[in-house]
Amino acid sequence: MDRLAFLLATGLARGLVIALFALSLVIIWRAARIVNFAQAAMAIVAVYVAFAVTQATGSFWLGLAAALVTGAAVGAAVERWLIRLVPSTTPLPGMIVAIGLVMVLQSAISIAFGPKHRPMAAPFSEQPFSVGGVAVLSPYDLFILLVALGVVAVLAVLFNGTTLGLQMRASAMAPEVSRLLGVRVPRMITLGWMLSSAVAALAVLLLVPTELGLNAHSADILFVHAFTVAVLGGLDSPSGALVGGVVVGILISLVTGFLGAGLAPIAVLVLLTVVLLVRPGGIFAAKEARTA
Amino acid sequence: MTATISSRTRGIVLRALALTVLALAATFLLDSYRNYQLAVVAAVFCATAGLTLLVGLTGQLSLGHAVLMACGGYGYALAAGFAVEVDLSGMLRFALGIVGAVVVAGAVGGLLGLAGARLRGPYLAGLTLALVIALPAFTSQVPGLGGDQGRNVPFEPVPDWLAPVLFSTEQWHAWIAILVAAVAVTPLAVLRSGRAGLRMRAVHGDEVAARLAGISPGRVKSHAFVAGALSAGLGGAVLAIVTQNVSPGGYDLAFSLLLLVAVVVGGLGSIGGAAVGSVLVVLLPWLIDTLTTSVGLPADVEQRLSGNLVVLVFGALLILVTVVWPGGLSHAFAGRLGSLSARLRRRSDQHVPQSLTER
Repeated sequence: MDRLAFLLATGLARGLVIALFALSLVIIWRAARIVNFAQAAMAIVAVYVAFAVTQATGSFWLGLAAALVTGAAVGAAVERWLIRLVPSTTPLPGMIVAIGLVMVLQSAISIAFGPKHRPMAAPFSEQPFSVGGVAVLSPYDLFILLVALGVVAVLAVLFNGTTLGLQMRASAMAPEVSRLLGVRVPRMITLGWMLSSAVAALAVLLLVPTELGLNAHSADILFVHAFTVAVLGGLDSPSGALVGGVVVGILISLVTGFLGAGLAPIAVLVLLTVVLLVRPGGIFAAKEARTA
Repeated sequence: MTATISSRTRGIVLRALALTVLALAATFLLDSYRNYQLAVVAAVFCATAGLTLLVGLTGQLSLGHAVLMACGGYGYALAAGFAVEVDLSGMLRFALGIVGAVVVAGAVGGLLGLAGARLRGPYLAGLTLALVIALPAFTSQVPGLGGDQGRNVPFEPVPDWLAPVLFSTEQWHAWIAILVAAVAVTPLAVLRSGRAGLRMRAVHGDEVAARLAGISPGRVKSHAFVAGALSAGLGGAVLAIVTQNVSPGGYDLAFSLLLLVAVVVGGLGSIGGAAVGSVLVVLLPWLIDTLTTSVGLPADVEQRLSGNLVVLVFGALLILVTVVWPGGLSHAFAGRLGSLSARLRRRSDQHVPQSLTER
């Protein structure tokens, strides 16, 4: 029973980071109707900058600010100078360019910084509280929980409560009509990219202290899990991403704890397959247009 | 109608025969290491020819083609291992191994095809990505696959009746690779130029219109997946024979992406392009490695560059080709090279339909 409680708590903490990264995929889907396969590599670039800032100043918070700013800058640069050159009538060219970008960024980072993992310290203790003799969440996990909830709240307000959010959703759904109505569609799409990659950078920055350390491939598995979550929750739904993240995090934690770490990737694959076969658009997805 | 189809098929088969004989003859001009490389190129070509149809014609992006090759490799290793236990040898063992490769790759490809029939672009890419990531877990969990070490594959010696003609084992392996590639790719070329290819293009172009024309998109997509899986499986079997081993480390995400680079750079939908791309992804890493070691860089710089520089170059190629030459090298060589400036100028005009893939 203790073991179950511990595994659930660990799963919740891990799931929140996955959920945060999945949120970044949801943002970019809502803003530009694409799945950005380069999200993890772009976030890693921002986290390297954050790492350098933290090393130089000794402050985690300055590093966090640097990650957000660099993440947004990388997002804007990629959208302006790369994605815009690609025909967007089918999703295929965009996906291929994103995969090319992953290869370029990851290999460039590996060449520049070498293959070793650089450990990062968490700003709060990672020693879990114990409630009635059972180890549960640590202060750092609580911090991640607050950040994730905060980001969801901000996004909910932004997308559903402000003119800017409405314009962003409109640009994604019907670019032509939005342009006719005076929305600056390219600017909205760039904004969506900036927002999305800043959130992704935040998620990876929060992940790194709990893992081995910072490396060009630190976020690869996170991307696969977050993609699973985004599909599980539907790419359109921020709350779906949050719920899905926690579900996937707990699933991974339980499978690792009870059946062995080797089975975790298979469990994720099975979950993804089942969801995609039962509801190809995700569990929380709204129905799109009829095709037949 | 039937006459025109059969004459077209005959043309393709004749061309394939001529190319096969030419490739077999070329092995006599190459040394052992070059023959080994040729065999690897042929194995990769089996996989890329299927992938180029899948991505280029039906528009399904599979990031997991390396897994299908691995299925072929494991299928071969298991079946050939069984053949050794029951004291089969020579052609029978080889044939049993190939059957094993085709069965395993076909089964996994069929399952993926069922998923592909229901999923649109990014979902399928994500599913196949998760599959590649899960491959090492499968090989360590399923008994008999040998975990990270993989399985050894029985050695294929030069048969006695060919021993006077061939001068090395590598050359014999190159022969096996070329013959298997011919068997794997020729049906794909026939499919591509015939009705099946037309249906695939129709489904990619507009699913609703294709359905109105009486085509079932799901069936076309899953059939394309199975066709690609079978040839990838044969490629995996060849790779297993040539390297005498099959292990999950050889079929990771990087290798999957390499296959994608080959088909995009060669030109999506073009089988000749897939061949050019296969040569590129096998020879370029070796060239870059030779180059970096010959320059005489400090040891730690060289260590950082090894493996990474190639990925950098391939990633840049992938982006460059997609942005500048959506048709890939096969189109660029077909007289488009000179129109680069015109293409760049035309970019301001958004109405030019630029397609990455063949329609």
